[in-house]
Amino acid sequence: MNENGVSIATTNLTKVYARGNEKVISVNNVSFVIKKGEFVSIIGPSGSGKTTLINLLGCLDNPTAGGIHLHGRSIFGNGKRLSERELTKIRRETFGYIFQNFYLIPTLTVMENVMLPLTFYSKTGTENGAYNLLKLLGMEHRKDHLPGQISGGEMQRVAIARAMVNMPEILLADEPTGNLDTKRSEEIVQILRDLNRKVGLTVIMVTHNQQLARYADRMFEMRDGGIYQIDSDRDCVNEELA
Amino acid sequence: MITKFQVALKNLQRKKIRSLLTLIGIALSSWVLVSLLGFNHGYETALNKDVDNMGFQLMIMAKGCPYEAATMMLKGGTGLRYMDESIMKDVAKEPEVEKVTPILMTAVFDPNKGESGGIAGYFGIEPNSFAEMKPFLKFKQGGWFTDTTSYEAVMGFEAAELEQREVGDMILMPEKNVEFKVVGILERTGTQDDGTIFIPLKTTQKIFNRPAEITTIGIKLLKGVDSGRLEEKLYQLPDVQIVSLAQVKETIMKLISTAKVMVLSIAIIAILIAMVGVINTILTSVWERFQEIGILKTVGAMPWDVFKLIWIETLILCMIGGVLGIVMALILARVTDMVIRSILPYAPGGGLVLIDLKLIFITLAAIIGIGLLSGIYPAWKAGRIRPLEAIRGDVG
Repeated sequence: MNENGVSIATTNLTKVYARGNEKVISVNNVSFVIKKGEFVSIIGPSGSGKTTLINLLGCLDNPTAGGIHLHGRSIFGNGKRLSERELTKIRRETFGYIFQNFYLIPTLTVMENVMLPLTFYSKTGTENGAYNLLKLLGMEHRKDHLPGQISGGEMQRVAIARAMVNMPEILLADEPTGNLDTKRSEEIVQILRDLNRKVGLTVIMVTHNQQLARYADRMFEMRDGGIYQIDSDRDCVNEELA
Repeated sequence: MITKFQVALKNLQRKKIRSLLTLIGIALSSWVLVSLLGFNHGYETALNKDVDNMGFQLMIMAKGCPYEAATMMLKGGTGLRYMDESIMKDVAKEPEVEKVTPILMTAVFDPNKGESGGIAGYFGIEPNSFAEMKPFLKFKQGGWFTDTTSYEAVMGFEAAELEQREVGDMILMPEKNVEFKVVGILERTGTQDDGTIFIPLKTTQKIFNRPAEITTIGIKLLKGVDSGRLEEKLYQLPDVQIVSLAQVKETIMKLISTAKVMVLSIAIIAILIAMVGVINTILTSVWERFQEIGILKTVGAMPWDVFKLIWIETLILCMIGGVLGIVMALILARVTDMVIRSILPYAPGGGLVLIDLKLIFITLAAIIGIGLLSGIYPAWKAGRIRPLEAIRGDVG
């Protein structure tokens, strides 16, 4: 595997869950490569394994088999399992996460929510990043508001700022627009697109919305745990926008 | 940057009533603990002061219950027994004895004392030997009697305040209808002397028709002598008993030890209840924030970071509760004093609940230590939450 320019790669990645006596293969022998600065979307029906895949990519879980390479470094491989502490270390150095339910801390202001990751881990040069990010996302006027005082779209912007405050290399977005209307959904995906283009951030977005998925450089579809790249000569929103 | 302390503090403010109730629980146990320790310390100090301020180490009294006699000496009372004052001369000859002083304790019913009258104590003394025994007695006004047969009185600080008398005023001894001229008023001593009226020994013997009789001989020993040997010798004297004030102290401390054990048990129960309250509050709060804690781990918190965060919450609760309890104990020390006084069979003069800086730090350290101990389990549970389970909502 040519590791130059590769952000994240998987080889035969597999996750099997036990449901009672039954074994469910959620992710089945998935191998793909995502380059640095790429915006990739993963679509698929419910239960197809999208979220399991993104959780494995984001080191939120150990795979049953197969491996993940981060910038050429093998994370899991040969059945190696990582402890929660080791997983956290990789997560905080590499990934930013946004979720469908935003998961903002209700007692902290917008600004405090964005700064929260810095309480636990701070990369050099991130000290003044929180305000700049809020400004970049048009949320600086809401910095002293509590999450309960802002709209869903705004909450997701705050969640994006929080995910970005430690300057991650890869942003993982699991159904980031699942709780938003069409207009706000497009705004959020456009923000992800802008971050991808302006900062060179690698973005991996899981969505069930095919229209939004087309903002990505490449689209994958998951079916029954397997992954398939959708024809690259499709109408791409990014190309249209460009 | 937002600190872990700020995050913890803001979380506690989320459920204000619950946090407040937990705080009250901790404050109450802190109050009980500091008051108990303050009582342990204060009672002993007050008793030592009371006994030491008597000025003598041994007392000779007419035969009867020695503890009743000692209590009477400390507290005043009726049912007195008498002995011949000639015994004093034999006692004074002993080589271990530095000084002796005779006392004739008397008690009369004063219908104007309290709501339904009460016993007023008059001590017949010899001013020279008595004053030598108690060099710490200072006069606010006037001085001792001019001679041992005069109708003059020296009033303790509180007795003078109660009777509203000054030097030169007259006081009437109830029952006997005898008037005394106040020649001296003592400064406050914080002992039973404050409530006593001293009159000349000879005058007292005459009024109460007890010629050459006394109730007590106070004995001051020479420094470093063996009081046990002297006690043995004095027991040879007929119809008297020897009361060692060291024994009295010990006996009184033994008598109140039961009360101490009871209060200590209450304090331990209060602390256990507070501990359970803290564990319950923090654990409930951890389960309620299951997803949030998972997200904290997603954004970079290590298990130890989460543990610390939850532990800080416990620490905040215990520190605020502990300080509140100590403030309550300081403010209510007088009330506690009164309650304890009403329960105990004998309570020395002065404050029974003595709360000093050392005690405050000990209590605070104990409360914080107990709190941190209570916080270990919820903090450990929180530290073990896996982000994936939290995002899925698999509470458990």
